[in-house]
Amino acid sequence: MGEGQYNVKSSLFDDLNKIDNTIVGYVQKGDEKEYKKSLAKLIGTIKREGKKIDDRELVESDIIVPPGDMTLNEARDVFKGTGIFQG
Amino acid sequence: MKRVKERTNMGLLNRMGTIIKAKMSKIIGAAEDPRETLDYSYEKQLELLQNVKRGVAEVTTSKKRLQLQKEKLLLNSQKLDSQARDAVRANREDLARLALERKNAITSQITGLDQEIATLETEQAKLVAAEQRLSTKVEVFRTKKETIKAQYSAAEAQVRISESVSGISEEMADIGTSIERAESKTDEMKARSAALDELIEQGTLVDITRSGDDIERELAKVSQKSTVDSELARLIAEERK
Repeated sequence: MGEGQYNVKSSLFDDLNKIDNTIVGYVQKGDEKEYKKSLAKLIGTIKREGKKIDDRELVESDIIVPPGDMTLNEARDVFKGTGIFQG
Repeated sequence: MKRVKERTNMGLLNRMGTIIKAKMSKIIGAAEDPRETLDYSYEKQLELLQNVKRGVAEVTTSKKRLQLQKEKLLLNSQKLDSQARDAVRANREDLARLALERKNAITSQITGLDQEIATLETEQAKLVAAEQRLSTKVEVFRTKKETIKAQYSAAEAQVRISESVSGISEEMADIGTSIERAESKTDEMKARSAALDELIEQGTLVDITRSGDDIERELAKVSQKSTVDSELARLIAEERK
């Protein structure tokens, strides 16, 4: 999010989905610390395993990753579709 | 019931995707001739690029302002420190304690400012990178746009256009969101720093300046008294010779 595009192997999708689901759980519970940890893990995995796409390429992404400094409240907004992240 | 369950099962990544796609469709709009879409999109890209540049400038200004405030607070803190020393030398522990308490309050304000400055620094770096990425993409898009317009009829151009327009619109929606977030952060900090400014000016920052004056006045009294005392002592000694 706001940091360019990455190419990720499809074999990694399951892992990413799992982390994504844990994030959802922590957001519902309101566990800020664990939520932040999971979000950092999600972004870290993509940056570590993925390959950065050249800025000169104009391609659409399959998934959009939220920014690493997104707060728990902002994440709640994402689920509610309100605030800055409103469509 | 089922719908609710599906919605709660929707992950963060999915939701982000939906939001960005919604923003994209707003950016893309709809034109009769797909080639018009290209020009329209290009105009929007240039607009966004200006916005990013403005965003970078705004973050930089906010950062500078906080750094200035920090310097002012550091000066206040040094002053209070030397006042505390003066007070100890004058055997006024109560005044020294007062000065040190105030110094501590300032120190915690400075720590807060340090964190905010660091946040703005990260934000600044992110926006600068976004600006570079976007300007590269806009340039690529411009070349593509001219090629497509020159080589294809409206109908043929459709596919190629939707590919490149989608690609760049996603980037635009993404960066647009980053700017909005940066703006709300700088707005927040502006409000806080304005409040801090007022406090520094009024001298009511945890009563620092006002009581600082008290401390100064008290210390002045002490030193006056001791000057008078020593002069008196000198006079007495001289007269009794």
